[in-house]
Amino acid sequence: MTVTAPWEPEGRGPVVGVTEPARPPSERTGRSAPWWLWVAGVVVVLPLVLPLVSLFGRVLGSSGAAADILFDARTAELALRSMVLTVLVSATAVGVGVAAAWLVTSTDIPGRKTWGVLAPLPLVIPSYVLALAFLAASGPRGTLATLTGWDVPVLNGLPGAWLALALSTYPFVYLMVMAALRRLDPALEDAARGLGASRWRVFWTVTIPQLRPAIGAGALLVALYTLSDFGAVSLMRFAAFTSAIYAQYAGRIDRTPAAVLSVLLIVIALVIIWAEGRTRGRAVYFSNRPARARTAQALSTWERVFALGFLGTLVTLGVVIPVIVLVGWVWRGASVGEKVSIDWGAVGGSLLGSSLAALLAMAAAIPVVVLMVRYQSRASAWLERAVFVTFSLPHITVALAVVFFAVRYLGPLYQSLTVLVVVYASIFLAQATGSAKASLLQVDPSVEEASRSLGKGPLQTLRSVTVPLIRPGLLAGGALVFLTTMKELPATLLLRPTGFDTLAVRIWSAADELFYARAAASALVLLVLSAVPLYFLVLKEPSR
Amino acid sequence: MSKTNTDPAIECRGLYETYGDSVALDDFDLVVEDGAIVSLLGPSGCGKTSALRAIAGFEPPDAGTVAIGGRTVFADGVDVPPEKRRVGMVFQEYALFPHMTVAENVGYGVTEEDRAARVAEILELVGLTGMDDRLPSELSGGEQQRVALARALAPRPDVVLLDEPFSNLDAPQRDRMRREVRRILRDAGATAVFVTHDQAEALAIADTVAVMRDGHVVQVGSPLEVYQSPADPWVASFLGESITIDGVAADGSVKTELGSFPAGGTADGPAQVVIRPEWITPTPAPDGEGVVIDREYYGHDQMLLVELPDGQRVQARVGPRPAIEPGDRVDLVFEDAVVFPSD
Repeated sequence: MTVTAPWEPEGRGPVVGVTEPARPPSERTGRSAPWWLWVAGVVVVLPLVLPLVSLFGRVLGSSGAAADILFDARTAELALRSMVLTVLVSATAVGVGVAAAWLVTSTDIPGRKTWGVLAPLPLVIPSYVLALAFLAASGPRGTLATLTGWDVPVLNGLPGAWLALALSTYPFVYLMVMAALRRLDPALEDAARGLGASRWRVFWTVTIPQLRPAIGAGALLVALYTLSDFGAVSLMRFAAFTSAIYAQYAGRIDRTPAAVLSVLLIVIALVIIWAEGRTRGRAVYFSNRPARARTAQALSTWERVFALGFLGTLVTLGVVIPVIVLVGWVWRGASVGEKVSIDWGAVGGSLLGSSLAALLAMAAAIPVVVLMVRYQSRASAWLERAVFVTFSLPHITVALAVVFFAVRYLGPLYQSLTVLVVVYASIFLAQATGSAKASLLQVDPSVEEASRSLGKGPLQTLRSVTVPLIRPGLLAGGALVFLTTMKELPATLLLRPTGFDTLAVRIWSAADELFYARAAASALVLLVLSAVPLYFLVLKEPSR
Repeated sequence: MSKTNTDPAIECRGLYETYGDSVALDDFDLVVEDGAIVSLLGPSGCGKTSALRAIAGFEPPDAGTVAIGGRTVFADGVDVPPEKRRVGMVFQEYALFPHMTVAENVGYGVTEEDRAARVAEILELVGLTGMDDRLPSELSGGEQQRVALARALAPRPDVVLLDEPFSNLDAPQRDRMRREVRRILRDAGATAVFVTHDQAEALAIADTVAVMRDGHVVQVGSPLEVYQSPADPWVASFLGESITIDGVAADGSVKTELGSFPAGGTADGPAQVVIRPEWITPTPAPDGEGVVIDREYYGHDQMLLVELPDGQRVQARVGPRPAIEPGDRVDLVFEDAVVFPSD
């Protein structure tokens, strides 16, 4: 099951526009792929696969030092803290997401359609911007204290990270559960009601059990997201894996600890990715069945008030308050003469990096998608898996692997825009291939065969038939890559060339140094810039 | 191109192809003479599409040889890619390039310098002059079919392969296109192989019918031959309605419950007699042995169901005039029959 919300915060998140790698291919024996297609497909995944393999080699090679760090008490503490945060965020996201999805799909709550659009809206705000907003709203200098004169404690650490991440991630669960609810056969619930079961009993004994695969997949996705998040936990000064890896990397000459922690985090992430794939596989079980529209359940007045309050709180906390706080800080900064003008350098950097990444990802997606769809084999399934896994791993670990690799083997290319763009495109390649694959699956293979029988070779056929026909999917994928690259933070921090700035880096570093007004200005620019392509992407989607 | 006039247009020898456990082609042989229109007829799953795809080069078989116009395109160590086989292909769903106009579709396989002239010429042949700038989505099913055929013919291929080309058309359109396609192929002087599972279509369109079963060709002949002299009872029943009765051959004739038939060289012993409904002529007789118990009236003819004294029922096809009514007694005259030894 795929949820196609063309947006997720901080430039990562395995849901978006990405399909699970295909199961082992069918037995059909066509012609094998031309060699140059395989060369292109392999070249495309090497920029991340090589560094990751090299990182594992480095850590396993230094067995003594690695083991010392691995079994250090501080590592255990780190793991425990990450685990606590992950469990708290996942549980919250599941509770909130399921409740919101059920209210919007299955009840007669006033303004159902509007709530359906508003509820997943926190997706548009990167988690580090949410963190910035809560930091800027709380504390003795914060918006709340200034407005009321109360003594407001600062919201950071575990509670702060929990709130920011829970709000960032519940939309994943919401979207997946909503898709599942829409596909459920309402006859089952109607039958249970007909047998005299109360609404609560039906919800717990009929609806929830059927939603379990969707909820499970959603929860694992949230867990993976939380483990991978760097921006929110680092701003909230919560020492989780990702923030600890960055601290180790930035603050120490010996980079072995950062490498060991990265490998540990990658292994944990791989386990979650594997489990999620299995759960998603099962979630398909009830999917492709056309279901009748669900009958909206009537809520009592009190229930209605409570439900409206609940959804209202979500949207207020996730979108309204953050935007108001950001605007307020810009206003306040400007009025006390602080320099809060738009940083055009960072705007240019963001736009340049994101556009180049989008173009490169679109080009790279072509051979991968053709191999995946037209030449299904064990090898092409592995290629697809490689694209999917590198997309799902925590960016900070991928970026760190590239740093180590580049320092050792690439010499002058290290910290160049080339490396940064290649890494962007490689990480987000799965988004480009996701929508391009959907496009190619719609193209009848005999159209390409027709071109072959008319005397055109595979390359010419690719150029004059296949690529023009999947252009809409490629462009949508490119737009998605553009959007997520705009918000990308950890890989940019580690790999950007000296003097190259993006809005994401500006927001994070200004917020980290408590220059909230400056951070808020950049954050608002980022939101506005992202809203434009997003608007077109979402608007164009259904008409296609 | 080492092509001489004596070489067949297509020559397939001993093709084998398997998908996992299932066998698609099993010792498939087919020879198509230059200029012939051949239909490859068989039930679904008999491997006829696999054979076509092996000839076109889309799916190389596991073993065997394929020669086109005397040039070996597939054999041990030889596998000419589809774009170099000079084979035109008309697909079941037409497979027109949706992003190109009619003229761009038709001109796709033609070299730059010939393009304009050839496109005009071929569009005239298929009766689509003036449609150059339409997109495939703006055409009717029949027009799309013409474009597909024009596109396949435009590069002057050695052979044209058509995969169930009429299955997407409704019945009246299908008959019209069948005649039209035959005319176009004739005018173009093309050699063509049709794949179809519809026996009426196969008989109507082709000079030669190749009947396929379980991955190989079981009979090749003119439409008349395969219908009138089927190679075995299976071909007989696949090509049209028939009844099969068991009998015993001895001394040049086969004795059955319906009487004796000339054995026609069949060895003595158990035999099967295949009779088509139109080979049976019922004649009204007050004390006839059979009773007409039902009638299906088709307009151009009618089918009578006749019950014999021992309870056996046979179908007889007669002309449209209602000379015989249900309830009438009739005598049956068998004009023709085909005899096979029982296995």
